Amino acid sequence: MFLHDFLHLPVRLHLTACYSLLSTRQGPQVALTPAAQARVFKYEGASGLPRGLRMSLNLVIVLCLTAVLGPTLVHTLCSGSTDANKVRLSIKTALGDEAYDWDESEMFLFKATIAFAMRKCNKKQYEVSNIQVCNATQRVSFWFVVTDPKTEDLVSGKDVEKAVRMSRNRINSAFLLTDKTLEFVNIPPTLAAPVKPATPPWLIVFGVVIGLVGAGIAAILISTFIQKKRERGGIKEREEDEEEEAGQRNGVFCTVQEGADSNINPGFIEDDPFTKL
Amino acid sequence: MKLTLPNPGLDDRIPSHQQLEKLEVEEAADRPKWDNKAQYLLTCVGFCVGLGNVWRFPYLCQSHGGGAFMIPFLILLVLEGIPLLHLEFAIGQRLRKGSVGVWTAIHPYLTGVGVASMLVSFLVGLYYNTIIAWVMWYFFNSFQDPLPWSHCPINANKTGLVSECARSSPVDYFWYRETLNTSANIEDAGGLQWWMVLCLLCAWTVLYVCCVRGIETTGKAVYVTSTLPYVVLTIFLIRGLTLRGSVSGIKFLFIPNVNELLNPSTWLDAGAQVFYSFSLAFGGLISFSSYNSVHNNCEQDALIISLINGMTSVYSAIVIYSIIGFRATERFDDCLGTNILALMNTFEIPEGNITESNYKDVLQNLNGTFPEIIQDLQLKTCDLNTFLSQGVEGTGLAFIVFTEAITKMPVSPLWSVLFFIMLFCLGLSTMFGNIEGVMIPLQDLNVIPKKWPKEVVTALICLVSFIIALIFVQRSGDYWLALFNNFAGSIPLLIIAFCEMVAVVYLYGIDRFNKDIEFMIGHKPNIFWQVTWRVVSPLVMLVIFLFYFIIEVTKELTYIAWNPDSVNFPTLDTLKYPGWVYAIIFILAGIPCLVIPATALFKFIRNCCCKKEHDHEMDHISTVSSKIEMNDNVRFT
Repeated sequence: MFLHDFLHLPVRLHLTACYSLLSTRQGPQVALTPAAQARVFKYEGASGLPRGLRMSLNLVIVLCLTAVLGPTLVHTLCSGSTDANKVRLSIKTALGDEAYDWDESEMFLFKATIAFAMRKCNKKQYEVSNIQVCNATQRVSFWFVVTDPKTEDLVSGKDVEKAVRMSRNRINSAFLLTDKTLEFVNIPPTLAAPVKPATPPWLIVFGVVIGLVGAGIAAILISTFIQKKRERGGIKEREEDEEEEAGQRNGVFCTVQEGADSNINPGFIEDDPFTKL
Repeated sequence: MKLTLPNPGLDDRIPSHQQLEKLEVEEAADRPKWDNKAQYLLTCVGFCVGLGNVWRFPYLCQSHGGGAFMIPFLILLVLEGIPLLHLEFAIGQRLRKGSVGVWTAIHPYLTGVGVASMLVSFLVGLYYNTIIAWVMWYFFNSFQDPLPWSHCPINANKTGLVSECARSSPVDYFWYRETLNTSANIEDAGGLQWWMVLCLLCAWTVLYVCCVRGIETTGKAVYVTSTLPYVVLTIFLIRGLTLRGSVSGIKFLFIPNVNELLNPSTWLDAGAQVFYSFSLAFGGLISFSSYNSVHNNCEQDALIISLINGMTSVYSAIVIYSIIGFRATERFDDCLGTNILALMNTFEIPEGNITESNYKDVLQNLNGTFPEIIQDLQLKTCDLNTFLSQGVEGTGLAFIVFTEAITKMPVSPLWSVLFFIMLFCLGLSTMFGNIEGVMIPLQDLNVIPKKWPKEVVTALICLVSFIIALIFVQRSGDYWLALFNNFAGSIPLLIIAFCEMVAVVYLYGIDRFNKDIEFMIGHKPNIFWQVTWRVVSPLVMLVIFLFYFIIEVTKELTYIAWNPDSVNFPTLDTLKYPGWVYAIIFILAGIPCLVIPATALFKFIRNCCCKKEHDHEMDHISTVSSKIEMNDNVRFT
């Protein structure tokens, strides 16, 4: 029951309470928060209690010891250690309606993926118990530390960072999240190297457009050339016809208007190009 | 007012009504003609509807009181735009010549007006086609996913994003660095940017291909370039209205603020917008309408084109602001999202507890209990109206704001391609009119030998323009373009338009003009045209010109520059122009204006000096031969 209570309330306050409880019995003075001091006072005042109550109190102390000894170590590591890493998850932002709830199993998965990442990096046999988590909040953020499987020492922050970077993709996809929504606060994501194509795409489009334009200019110039050639050919034919006609008359060239019909006096239609009034 | 200035010899310089009838029947082959009415209307619509309709009008509308801006815009459209348009159409159709020919025919001393039109067309064409080159660059870069302006590039040692981009935004970086590679000020010219030179070359060659034989080829091209923008605008309207937040943009655009009507700058901007939007005084419209048949109903054309132009402005304003509304909403959501994330991370609040609706309350709560922490967070204030009124105009709208909005839409490359094709078509169809306004006066002035084919003349114009336009593809090119935009295409046009009105109404004679229009379309122009041509329109032009002139002269000459090393970065710096810019401004604005009196003076002096030599030739012999032109066109039957 007590342990259950311990799990629900902020871990720090409870750990401080237990610690202070232990310290009053064991000796070394520890700085207490006002709330903890109040509790200590309350418990200290219990020295004059009846025997049954004293026994249950001892039980509480023993339970505290066991419950606290382990987490106490972590408590100092989590908040004070430079080797601890903070993790922040934004599940609702990433998945919207399909967001899952963060519970014990998810935390277990997280520890497992970190252990996997450490194994991949260091080639040592890390277990789930080597990953210690604390200070979990409703935000879904928490701190974690990694202990060496053989020596139980803390693995340095740099090694953890290296392992996480190596398997970042795998860790992200285990939770259906991305670099932004599964944040390792002290481990910035590596930027993807940009894909540079051999020729910039814009040059290709430019080439196509210039090619079309060039073809257009060529087409127009050729058509102009052909038109001019045809005109010149047509004029030459007409000149040959006139030469024949003029040869029948007195040799003076007289250009005849097209569409002239017999009602029109040809003498008045065209001006002789050599004699202007 | 029956005031008409003396104008001797006018009848000798212009074709009479009988000659016009004859021309109509004979179908003179040496003058180009429209294949059909649709070609003519599409070419004029294409010339009038340009980039200004898309990126100047929406900004003016929103910044001058939204829906209320329609009132001065429509009033000035009716009083200033339509009369001037009808005048240019009618005079071109009557005298059947380009701008230099028309004004020379009205009075020889007025040749300067045509020359000024040509110079302005040339200068505007230079920088307008550079904008088209920029549009082509963005078009070429749209064929990739993700779009290059959607993310910042990574710096050289791969440790993070490029600093200039990280401090401003990917779209800003792509525009100022990867497109323009802009220098910090106009004195620092930098070199030619090879990618921009290629795009400029592409722009001028495309223009050459479309204009190579004058209206023979442009007449075919306008079937695409004048209609495609409307198709794309409709596609964007449908896409825009289905996006979240678009309606707030449209509401923001049209919510009227009637107090703005009391502000004189609203009316000035409306008048200027109407005037520049109609591409008047460039000479292109006169040329285009001179290829019409004599009895074409130019009054109806003027009304149709004015209506189409006005409605296109309003339509594109709706489309643009629906997309801007979407962008503003996205920015607002991003801003709010960042703030909420910061609060969640600092106070370990579970996700979903802070939403848009309770953000303010939660913030107030937290501010009450932990004020220092909140202060340290430095949360930005997110206001939708601020994002909406980041209303930009000009190149900023097209290349920064709109491209950013496109990156947020699904299937961005498609929208990008469509958008830049639309801008390209809008710009190209306007350039057709500019090239026409340069080529025909050159022919009329006999500067070009007559035996040179049209293809060679067009090639020469495009080549010379391309070489001069290389100043715009240097690193300081954007600053030069802003200079040209402000001075080449503003004051001279107002003066030319004023001279046009005065020349037609008082030198040509409003009575003669009325009779001409009666001959051409069958009825005399009604009282509305009389009043506007004689009094109202010249007065409006004069007022706009005076105000513009006073504002330009009194305001300090500054320009905005992009400088990554500046203290205010990413806000643009305001710098003063160096001294030699005044010489450039004189060339851009002063020379076209001074050409008008200078040509008149030149012709006057030439007349006076050579008068003695020509005196004995002035006595005409009254014979048949001197009265009737003896050439191939005369028939005695």
